[in-house]
Amino acid sequence: MKGIVSYGGYLPLSRIDREIIFKGMGWLHQATYMKGERCVANFDEDSVTMAVASAMNCLEGYDRDLVGGLYLATTTSPFKERSCADIIGTTLDLKSQIRTADFTDSTSAATSALIAAIDSISAGSANNILLCASDVRVGKPGSSQELSFSDGAASLLLGNEGVIASWEGHYCVSYDFPDHWRTEDDKADRAWEDRFGREEGYRKFIPEAISGLLSKCSLQPKDIAKVTFPGIYPRYHASICKGLGFEPGQIQDHLMTAMGNTGTPYPLMLLISALEDSRPGDKVIVASFGNGSDALLFQVTEEIEKVKGQKRGVRRYLGSKRELNSYERYLAFRNLISPEGGIRGEAIPYTALSLIWRDRREILALCGTQCKKCGTPQYPAQRVCVNPDCGAVDHMEPYRFSDKRGEVFSFTGDLLAFTPNPPGIYAVIDFDGGGRYWFDVTDCDIESMHIGMPVEMSLRRRYIDERGGIVGYFWKAVPVR
Amino acid sequence: MGDGIKDKAAIIGMGCTEFGEHWDKGSEDLIVEAFTEAIEDAGIEKKDIQAAWYGSCYDEFNVGKSALPLSRTLKLPFIPVTRVENLCASGSEALRGAVYGIASGAYDIALALGAEKLKDTGYGGLPEMSMSLGTKNRVIFPGISAPGAFAMMANRYFSKYGMTTEEGTRVLAKISVNSHKNGAKNPKAHLQRIITEEDVLKAPIIASPLGLLDCCGVSDGAAAAIVCRADMAKDFRPDPVLIKALQIGISSGEELGYTEWDGTYVETTGRTAARAYEEAGIRNPREEIDMMELHDCFSITELITYEDLGISPRGKARNDIEDGLFAIEGKIPSQPDGGLKCFGHPIGASGLRMLYEMYKQLQGGAGERQINDPRIGLTHNLGGFPQMNITSLVIAGL
Repeated sequence: MKGIVSYGGYLPLSRIDREIIFKGMGWLHQATYMKGERCVANFDEDSVTMAVASAMNCLEGYDRDLVGGLYLATTTSPFKERSCADIIGTTLDLKSQIRTADFTDSTSAATSALIAAIDSISAGSANNILLCASDVRVGKPGSSQELSFSDGAASLLLGNEGVIASWEGHYCVSYDFPDHWRTEDDKADRAWEDRFGREEGYRKFIPEAISGLLSKCSLQPKDIAKVTFPGIYPRYHASICKGLGFEPGQIQDHLMTAMGNTGTPYPLMLLISALEDSRPGDKVIVASFGNGSDALLFQVTEEIEKVKGQKRGVRRYLGSKRELNSYERYLAFRNLISPEGGIRGEAIPYTALSLIWRDRREILALCGTQCKKCGTPQYPAQRVCVNPDCGAVDHMEPYRFSDKRGEVFSFTGDLLAFTPNPPGIYAVIDFDGGGRYWFDVTDCDIESMHIGMPVEMSLRRRYIDERGGIVGYFWKAVPVR
Repeated sequence: MGDGIKDKAAIIGMGCTEFGEHWDKGSEDLIVEAFTEAIEDAGIEKKDIQAAWYGSCYDEFNVGKSALPLSRTLKLPFIPVTRVENLCASGSEALRGAVYGIASGAYDIALALGAEKLKDTGYGGLPEMSMSLGTKNRVIFPGISAPGAFAMMANRYFSKYGMTTEEGTRVLAKISVNSHKNGAKNPKAHLQRIITEEDVLKAPIIASPLGLLDCCGVSDGAAAAIVCRADMAKDFRPDPVLIKALQIGISSGEELGYTEWDGTYVETTGRTAARAYEEAGIRNPREEIDMMELHDCFSITELITYEDLGISPRGKARNDIEDGLFAIEGKIPSQPDGGLKCFGHPIGASGLRMLYEMYKQLQGGAGERQINDPRIGLTHNLGGFPQMNITSLVIAGL
């Protein structure tokens, strides 16, 4: 049996009420109005960091040395040429002897990657594949996309042992459909007439894929426990389901009101939502929308009971949020306006990439060392033990801090040091199990900081060097969500 | 263990510029001013100097690296000149070089000079930290600033001793008020105005819980000392100031890497003080030290240094501050010249500026700020952060 072994979701902490966006730019096109809220990646998040967050949730309790491959699906890679799957693999401290690939350029990239992963496992060329999907979606100010788009990530571990939802089949339809696109130089999507995308694409491709899947698998709509697909035209989502013969109780909430259109990870997030509500034996259909549609069929197994309520999927993140009440702050986070950073903010020292490479496990995977003589975990990696009563030289083994929790030892909120999101909060962290180091703290208000506050680690963009095209990824502490 | 530095070297002349925002002066001007005052005070000529040590921290933002800026500015005649740097303790490091050069017997007369030009960066505060951390630390350090690193100690201290932020910041405010009271009487000080506790408490936050008036001035300035063999010193003046102890201590890294340090004290200061007291033969610092210039980069630094030096018991500096122990008329006047807080803090000059005040006080030349008959003065110069740092202590006496 092959299929889904584990899942993890991630939504950034900030949500912005679409009313706030509409108040800012709704004067331009009043028809863009839309209810609900969207997720907003923090200023220090991108597709890579959110993918890592979801992957850490997915891999919790799982031996990372056993991961046989990593596929990333995104349409918002921070790089045109640099494999983000390899950045993610390094930050997750996966083995180097694995297959990696970035799937991109379509909001169906995640389902494409999922099918490819299943094929790899079926062919026996990998025992399992970690699939991450992540997008930070930018709409032009005043566009309907600005309101409907959202940011988030989802990961699935696909394999052939401990399967919680078995792979039962797929049906793909592929079209070069020009409802939206982005050229090499575009920051935000361009779109053809909304009605065209809806009538000629959404209302045709999804029914074609789902009915094709049912027919291919010799199933009737009544055999399916849950059907789910992106709700990018919310009013027509229900009518498509009805047209296919599904009853309201079979339709998984499309989350457009509470979350928005997260793009590439969207179908995986819906699938995770369905799994979170599922029972053994349930058949679940998920379909994507983007240059056609991929419809996938899974059947939930008894193993689901072992992970239910244990995993950080989508539901937990829907409830873990902080309202962002400033449209201008949203614009600044996405670099859509260029606020004054001062001369201090422009003082960017160069980054030695050869050093980042040499110390990649230490910097990107947050691996320090543990002394084999006295057991002290220490960061950064040391050759001479930091324990004054030990001092052993070269008796160290790697010790990963990224998946350890800790607590705030001391902290401050700094208004002098440059940060795009002042105050700059940072803290000395004492890790559970030993070890101490200092980190920036993010997704947090200074008012809520206190000594002893529990934190976990989150990969972030520590700094950006626009002149050198450098994204300085490093770990920050965040309050446990 | 050797027999230490006590009474082997003497200061026979000192100079110090006005500290402040010298928009019209560069380091070269400040170096010449401090040097000229020092050799005139010592009654020597440039040719009498056999070696020199130059302390500065942010030379990359200023005159460039190496000892050449000092030698070329003063036209030192091809003598040995060394540039030293140990963060905010660079000035004391220059003194240490000169004192040890003299004590070794290699030279009779040496120059220690520290200078810093901070007001050419284009922004307030010290130069951006990430520019000088090194290529790896700039990635793996948080976005720290000096006030933030010390603010973390304040939060820790308040927590340990059961003080609310309001209580704690009010104690810290008294420290700044004392420095301003002294600084207002110092014509060379950067900030020469009296302030109230309310002023401190209402000042804008820089790094919580520290506000603007918990932070020292960021200044341009230079200071210099002429160091001479102790046995020759009285040939130059009747009142040379002897070095009784000169100690530095550097963090091993365990404060931030191990979990024993509790964050309410500076590990190096206690250890360095123990060595300095032994070197100087001081058994009870609270009774034997007459005055101090401490590295009050922030109000919290001054508070914990009282404890680290063994002047106040742990957690009790508050009582001594409230009792006026460190006021100019108190038992152990501290920051008689206004300290870093008011005199200002041109990094490489500060250690020597502290000694300048002790020197003038010991000779009875501190004017309106003169302390009654001091015999022993202590300077404490701290580089880095509470979490990793350099402590430099000098004990000086007649």
